[in-house]
Amino acid sequence: MSRHLTYAQAILEATDLCLGADPNVYLMGLGVPDPKGIFGTTLGLREKYGARVLDMPTSENGMTGVALGSAVVGMRPILTHQRVDFALLSMEQLANEAAKWHYMFGGIMKAPMVVRSIIGRGWGNGPQHSQSLQAWFAHVPGLKVVMPATPHDAKGLLIASVEDDNPVIFLEHRWLHYISGPVPEGRYTEPLGVARVLREGRDVTIAALSYMSLEAHKAARMLAERDIDAEIVDVRSLRPFDAGAVARSVEKTGRLIVADTGWEFGGFSAEIVAQMAERCFGKLKAPPRRVALPDCPTPTSAALSKHYYPRAIHVARAAAEMLGRQDADSLFAEETGAPLDVPDKSFTGPF
Amino acid sequence: MDSRLRRQLFHDTLRIRLIEEEIAARYGEQEMRTPVHLSIGQEACAVGACAALRTSDYAFGSHRSHGHYLAKGGDLTAMLAELYGRATGCCRGKGGSMHLVDLKVGFLGATSIVASTIPIAAGSAFASKLRGEDRVTAVFLGEAATEEGVFHEAANFATLHKLPLVFFCENNLYSVYSGLEVRQPAHRPTWASAKGHGLRVLYGDGNDLEEAYELSLKSVDAARAGEGPVFLELATYRWREHCGHNYDNHIGYRTEAEYQAWRARCPIERAQQRLIADGLLGAAEVDEMRARIDAEVKAAFEAARNAPWPEPEEMATQVYAEGANAT
Ligand SMILES: Cc1ncc(C[n+]2csc(CCOP(=O)(O)OP(=O)(O)O)c2C)c(N)n1
Ligand SMILES: [Mg+2]
Repeated sequence: MSRHLTYAQAILEATDLCLGADPNVYLMGLGVPDPKGIFGTTLGLREKYGARVLDMPTSENGMTGVALGSAVVGMRPILTHQRVDFALLSMEQLANEAAKWHYMFGGIMKAPMVVRSIIGRGWGNGPQHSQSLQAWFAHVPGLKVVMPATPHDAKGLLIASVEDDNPVIFLEHRWLHYISGPVPEGRYTEPLGVARVLREGRDVTIAALSYMSLEAHKAARMLAERDIDAEIVDVRSLRPFDAGAVARSVEKTGRLIVADTGWEFGGFSAEIVAQMAERCFGKLKAPPRRVALPDCPTPTSAALSKHYYPRAIHVARAAAEMLGRQDADSLFAEETGAPLDVPDKSFTGPF
Repeated sequence: MDSRLRRQLFHDTLRIRLIEEEIAARYGEQEMRTPVHLSIGQEACAVGACAALRTSDYAFGSHRSHGHYLAKGGDLTAMLAELYGRATGCCRGKGGSMHLVDLKVGFLGATSIVASTIPIAAGSAFASKLRGEDRVTAVFLGEAATEEGVFHEAANFATLHKLPLVFFCENNLYSVYSGLEVRQPAHRPTWASAKGHGLRVLYGDGNDLEEAYELSLKSVDAARAGEGPVFLELATYRWREHCGHNYDNHIGYRTEAEYQAWRARCPIERAQQRLIADGLLGAAEVDEMRARIDAEVKAAFEAARNAPWPEPEEMATQVYAEGANAT
């Protein structure tokens, strides 16, 4: 019988296993040992591992360099950011130094480090606390980038990220922390660079990133009621990107939707569409579609943010339109009533 | 100190307290759907600073800037409407509690990234200097902001160019739930790193309204006189949780006893007792003051809550400014 954990608990367990297995692993970030423990993902670790689990000054740029320097001499740091927006202060060290340390010294050194960052959403988190910047990191050769969508993958991919000899950016969507699902006991890894088919289908491929995998699932259920059979490929790893897995699906269905948590313009969805256009152009029965963020910053007011985030209905409508259904909008009507700026009713802010 | 001014400072501090208490009281209604960082307990710092500034002086804030915005003269209803996500909010609903602005009074913006407005404030001070304006820029920061690189970069540049800039640093001992001891060395006070950059440094009791004012005045006067940037550190304490409306002394990062000790040094009660002792204020007058403020606050909340929502199209407007200045 498989055990259920939340995504946050899965991350905690993976971190615990890594700290326990290797004395070179350490965990550092603002608030790591505090009573809230990074949304529950680091609780109890300070008590268990002492000095290897630490808070830090509010100095993201410098501390990223500290993590890197320790990695260069054999440690395996995990650095956390409570928002990916704060990881922007890490960017110089990550893009200029960590990403290139192995390459620019001719492969004689390596930089095994993990940077966990959380993508915020909802409750008026607004322009500077809810960006989804995976494309920035994925753009840089030398960085690996993963975005697990399930508790199972959160644990397996985090352990694999810590084991990996390269800098890995590990992006968690805030709304996923609450999701619960089966998580095996003990140590296991999910390979970096491998996508996962979450649902098989014939008619349309939905390649989804992170939280959008859940919305894609909802969309697939809605589509099934309308006799449209969607296949969902959870991309999981942006770099390395498993183009083969997405291509196999697109070759089967002939239709591609990419559902991303980030901006459409210059986003990772553009990379997926471009690669599929190059690989499977002859098999495409319709122009690919992207379901991603509109071309503006995140507005704070709930009256605006409810129009900002794409959801299952938008994925479903895109699929129906690609299949030539004339009535896509009316087939999948707007939800009424429930607030759209919280993952569920139990969420009462302010985070 | 002039007795009218002393009463005015007291009034302004009490007003901020009552406004934020009302935000706290209503936050549970879940209509203000934006993270709020209340400054309850720290109000005297904001009032002291802004009383030393002119309306024409510039100010920048941070995530915890309701008090700074209000003390600088920011429009109350526009702030509350922003918290309620309305079209009439100071950012038209695009910003929320951490993004306050009122250009009429020189409050050029608060943003939510720690330390991020510090170099921006150095930039406006630099502009004032280049243009030969008689204008000081104030930047409000928490003590944790001095741990960020941009603080040091901005401090260095400001000293280099003798900018008319005052760093108002409220040291409330915490960054979220992290005490100073895990962030800064015990043998080096926060202000000492500013001193290392060559800034003039002043420090004092941020829960003593009149002291906060006197130190602020000294700082602003020096910056205005062209003596270069000043770093003023004021010791104070946040009463409620880092973000949100509750108390959180029970969760384990600080003690109830520490909180009670600071609460006993309430800046408002202390100022009030002193004014009463000096015969400048009577109990009845305080009640009157409270009643007037209550009425103002009630009306502002009503106006904010009844204000229209932004139209959906507003979401994607104002991404770029229109026009250009071709010469
Ligand atoms: C660059 C950056 N890192 C982390 C955060 C998260 N954060 C928000 S407020 C805050 C505390 C800052 O403490 P301080 O500057 O002392 O201000 P206080 O909250 O005590 O008023 C932190 C760490 C952030 N907003 N920006
Ligand atoms: Mg502080």
